[in-house]
Amino acid sequence: MSLSWSRFASPAAFYPIAGRLIPVFWVLAAGLILLGLYWGFFETPDRLGGSNPQKEYYRIIFIHVPSAWMSMWLYVVMVGWAAVGLVLNTRLSFMMANAVAPTGAIFTFLALWTGSFWGRPSWGTYWDWDPRLTSELILFFLYIGYIALHSAIDDTRRADRAAGLLAIVGLVMVPVIFWSINCPDPNQCAALHQRSGLGRVDGNILFAMLIMTLGFWAYSFATTFMRLRGIILTREAETAWAQEQVRAELAAQGVRT
Amino acid sequence: MSGFLSQGGYAGFVWGAYGMVAALLAIEVIGLRRQRRTILKRLGRLMRLRSSGGQE
Repeated sequence: MSLSWSRFASPAAFYPIAGRLIPVFWVLAAGLILLGLYWGFFETPDRLGGSNPQKEYYRIIFIHVPSAWMSMWLYVVMVGWAAVGLVLNTRLSFMMANAVAPTGAIFTFLALWTGSFWGRPSWGTYWDWDPRLTSELILFFLYIGYIALHSAIDDTRRADRAAGLLAIVGLVMVPVIFWSINCPDPNQCAALHQRSGLGRVDGNILFAMLIMTLGFWAYSFATTFMRLRGIILTREAETAWAQEQVRAELAAQGVRT
Repeated sequence: MSGFLSQGGYAGFVWGAYGMVAALLAIEVIGLRRQRRTILKRLGRLMRLRSSGGQE
């Protein structure tokens, strides 16, 4: 089998593909998020019972859990592209890692923000140095560090390698967030995040949560590809195909070059 | 409708969380569109400058 994927590994080849995929992911994102919101607000109970009853504010779960999942997943994706770039020295992989980072940082911030708006009514506090909250905050700083380090180094290739290494080292935080539950038994101690299984979640709530996650995932694809196209054009500005592309797109806007 | 908006008395928390998500995602998309226009304009100007025999 020939390596057909390598045909798409060049920025020039992937630029139009990303352009065609962006509207597809926008439609997917809008549809999934609207369905998820509808299901989360109208097809789920107002209150949750159990040992820790939750009133209407639990609806924050439909954005909190998907944001938190995306914050970790996008970090893994970013590290994956940075690692591919470091090993194979492919330009497009580093551009991909760069394009993912801001969206990942936004979802990390949103996970913290929505969590604190849920924490206040249910635990009585916006913030606590709980292991999971603390490690998620560190993940946020890692995203910021990656972006800041990359923009602080003028030479793009050096910036790619240095920021990529930082991202890889920071990957250790993802399993820490995942397993950071200091209290296995909520009857024995106070724990903000408890060990839980998706199988124990009510079917309608789980459905809305998963649909919202898919919606955020499609959204991340759309924004990442939008950012990627900007990065490709900027970095390839000296090449003939990029200049041809800029000319064509400006002409479509009615600007003469 | 007002029952939906009040979210059982937790409107501030529920809409505060959802509002921030909506605001940040909207800001990101608007920023990306604006960034795209800026990049195209800048590269176009650069190309015009060079083709008109300006500095290399």
